[in-house]
Amino acid sequence: MHNNKLYFLSGLTALLFTFGCQQTVNKPMLAKKVANTATTELRATGDLGLVIERASGQIQIVDHSDKASLAQISGLGDLSHASIVYSRDQRFGYVFGRDGGLTKVDLLTNKIAKRVMQSGNSIGGAISQDGKLVAVSNYTPGGVKIFDTETLALVADIPATELPNHPRNKDGSIKRSKVVGLVDAPGQKFVFSLFDSHEIWVADLSEDEIKINKYTDIGLNPYDALISPDGRYYIAGLFGENGMALLDLWAQEDGVKRILDGYGKGNKKLPVYKMPHLEGWAMAGNFAYVPAVGFHKVLIIDTQTWQQVGEIDVHGQPVFVMAQPDNRKIWVNFAFPLNDTIQVIDSKTQQLIKTLTPGPGVLHMEFTPRGENVWMSVRDSNEIQIYNTENFELLKKLPAASPSGIFFTNRAHQIGL
Amino acid sequence: MNYFNSLTFGILLSCSVSGFVVNALPSEAVEQITPLNKQQKAKLIHLVKQDCGSCHGLTLKGGLGPSLLPADLINKPEYFLTLTILNGRPGTAMPPWKDILSEQEAQWIAQQLIKGIEDAQQ
Ligand code: HEC
Repeated sequence: MHNNKLYFLSGLTALLFTFGCQQTVNKPMLAKKVANTATTELRATGDLGLVIERASGQIQIVDHSDKASLAQISGLGDLSHASIVYSRDQRFGYVFGRDGGLTKVDLLTNKIAKRVMQSGNSIGGAISQDGKLVAVSNYTPGGVKIFDTETLALVADIPATELPNHPRNKDGSIKRSKVVGLVDAPGQKFVFSLFDSHEIWVADLSEDEIKINKYTDIGLNPYDALISPDGRYYIAGLFGENGMALLDLWAQEDGVKRILDGYGKGNKKLPVYKMPHLEGWAMAGNFAYVPAVGFHKVLIIDTQTWQQVGEIDVHGQPVFVMAQPDNRKIWVNFAFPLNDTIQVIDSKTQQLIKTLTPGPGVLHMEFTPRGENVWMSVRDSNEIQIYNTENFELLKKLPAASPSGIFFTNRAHQIGL
Repeated sequence: MNYFNSLTFGILLSCSVSGFVVNALPSEAVEQITPLNKQQKAKLIHLVKQDCGSCHGLTLKGGLGPSLLPADLINKPEYFLTLTILNGRPGTAMPPWKDILSEQEAQWIAQQLIKGIEDAQQ
C-alpha cells in the first residue's frame, strides 16, 4: 500500500515535469499526498464515511475527498436496512443492524470498537444532543433502548405500547408496537413514532428521570419521520392513510396536527413495494418536498401554512426525496420495480430537470458536505457511483458488495441525522 | 391468536367467494405451464431476498413484515401463502404482487419459503 502510493507519486511528479506548468491545479493535491505518506498514521475523519454492504454484513470506510475506499470491516451481522450515526468527534460510527446488533466502529483504526446484541430486530437510531447517549428503535420487542456511547452499556429501556389484539410473540409475551422515525431533538430529547399504535412519543433525558410525552391518535401507521434541521418540527409520514403528522416542538402543548390529509384524493393508490424514507429535510425556501405514499408524485408543502401547494409527477413511487446541501436541487430515487432511476428537481422552478439511470437497485444517496458531489449506491451492479451535482457527470465508480446506505461523518453535527 | 384466526378466516372466506382465484392454483393447472428454469428461479430468489427482504429482512427473519422462515410458517398452507403473495393483505403493509409475479411464480416462492430459501437454489 505504502510503496504503491510512493510509486504512484513519483509517477505523478514525472508527469508534472514532462507536461510543464499548465498542470498547476494538481499541485495542492500532490502536496496533500506527500504529507499523508510522510505521516501514514495520522488521519482526520471529517471527510470520511461508511458504506453498508448489505449482503455480506460488511462496511467500507470511504474518503469523499479522494473518492476512495480506505478499508473494509466485517462481522457486523445482518445489515439489510442498516443505518448509522456518528460520535460528535467523528471518530466512531454507530451501526444499527437489522438483527438488533449495535456496533461501534472506529474510523481511525478500521476496527469494531464494541458490539452488543440489543434486541431481536432493530430499525434505526439517533445520538443525543450532548453526544453521550445513543438510542435504538426496535421492531421486536417494540421499543427504544438507550445506551452509553462510550461503553454501549444500557442506560434506559422504553418499551412501546402493548398490542393485546395482535398475535403474541413466539415466547408468549404480548406484542408491542414497532418503533420508527427515531430522531434526536434539542434539549436532550429523542422523538419517535409507533407504527402499530399510531402514536408519537417525546422522551426527555435532560434529567435523571426520563419524562415521556405521548401523543395518541396521530394518524394511521406512521412509517418514518424527520425533523427540521433547527430541531423544531417533527413530521411523521403515514402509511395507513394519506397525510402526515406534524409536531411543533416549540409548542408541544398544541399537540400533533394532521397535515396534507387527502393528498391524491380521487386517484387510486398503487401497491407500495417499498416504504419511503423520510430523512433529512428536502426544504428550499418556504417549501418542503416529501414523497407521496402509493403515488408517482413528490408533494410540495408550504412550510408557513403546512398546506400542500403543488405536486410533481415523477418516474415512480419516491423512496428518498433529498435536497443537496445548498437546496438548489432535489434528488429522488424510487421503489421497486422502478428503482434503477434517479430524478432531479430544480427547486427554483419546481420542474424536473434531469433523469439518470445508474442501474437496478439505486438504494441511497449521500451528498458531500457542501454538495459538489453525490454518492449513490447501486445494489445490483455492486458499485457506488459518484456524480458531479452541477453537470451530472459520472465521476467515478467504486466497487461495493450490494451496497445500501452511505453515511458521511458530517452527519455528526446535524440535528436529526 | 384471535387476530390471526379472524384474518385467516377473512381471507379464506374471500377465497371461496371469488372461487376462481383458488381454482387457478391447484397443481394440475400449474403442471401444464412450462416449469421455471434455473435462471428464472435465481431471479425470484434475488427478488425475495432483496425486495421482499426490504420488509421481511434480507434473511427473512422479519422486519416491518413478519418472519418468513420455515419455523414461522408451520400450519400455514401453501395456497394460503400463495394467495397472500398475489393479493397482499389489505389494511396492512403487505402489497399485492400479482402485477409483478405470475401465479406460478408466487406458488414457487411460497414453496421455497416453506422449505427454507437457503436451499432454494437447488
Ligand atoms: C412493504 C412491505 C412488504 C413487502 C415489500 C413484502 N411484504 Fe409480505 N408482509 C408484509 C406485512 C406487513 C405482512 C403482515 C401482514 C399481516 O399483518 O397480516 C406480510 C405478510 C406476508 C406473508 C404472510 C406471512 C404469514 O405468516 O401469514 C407472506 C407469505 C409474505 N408477506 C410474503 C411476501 C413476499 C414473498 C414478498 C415479496 C414478493 C413480500 N411479502 C413483500 C409486508 C411486506
